[in-house]
Amino acid sequence: MSAAGGAGIEIVLGRRYHFAASHRLHSAKLSAEENRRVYGKCNNPHGHGHNYVLEVQVSGEVDAATGMIANLADLDAFVGREVLESFDHRNLNEEVAAFRDVVPTTENLCKEAYARIKGFGAARLLRVRIEETGNNSFEYDGK
Amino acid sequence: MITITRKIEFSASHRYDNPAFSPEENRRVFGKCNNPHGHGHNYTLEVTVAGEPDPQTGMVLDLKELKELLEREVMRRMDHRHLNFEVPELAGKIPTCENIAQVLWELLEPKITQGRLHKIRLYESPDLYAECRRNGTGGA
Repeated sequence: MSAAGGAGIEIVLGRRYHFAASHRLHSAKLSAEENRRVYGKCNNPHGHGHNYVLEVQVSGEVDAATGMIANLADLDAFVGREVLESFDHRNLNEEVAAFRDVVPTTENLCKEAYARIKGFGAARLLRVRIEETGNNSFEYDGK
Repeated sequence: MITITRKIEFSASHRYDNPAFSPEENRRVFGKCNNPHGHGHNYTLEVTVAGEPDPQTGMVLDLKELKELLEREVMRRMDHRHLNFEVPELAGKIPTCENIAQVLWELLEPKITQGRLHKIRLYESPDLYAECRRNGTGGA
């Protein structure tokens, strides 16, 4: 029996963060015309922005002394340092090195956020989910 | 397999404090949640049951029965209560989202007889939740 749950259950902690950023969807591998066709309004040369929601799920044993999988203050500080500081109020194409040659779609944002949060030592990262708007969300579990 | 999710909301107060820690340690580990006077949240609980629809009724379970079960087991036990002092199942535990979710799973799981409890997700605020689910279900 695990301290987390026993009886074959898994306990997951989910935390949502908010950041606002601008981007432009444009691929150097496509012609100007193809870029306009594929990305539509998102190819606007001046870029545009979103209020993103980043949801992080971690799992692990619940510490009997604290009742926690991971101290929220530690998770918040880690995600703040590793992700939010470099994404929030930034132009993703221009200011995040990972998106110099990679189109900053939300699919790719998920992969980048996952890679950055994976190193959180206090619990196992299960997945990240990013809402680009209230109507679009994307998930990545590292597989 | 079909999953069906019912949502309820309750309000409760709590405080994080481990008597084995010194006051300084409690403040360091639990921060604002260690305020001696406690604080409260509007919790949202989502209960997901999985199963096959009954060929006679077309339902995995009778939602009215689930609603009554949640009223009996969750609302009466936790709504407008102080979780440290008034919920015996949480005695001796820090009433974190993780621990409350686990207690709720243990209360509800044996009582769901139509279908099978698949997952519960307990939101302490819109930006924080704990989820209990069966190992191996990998649910998103």
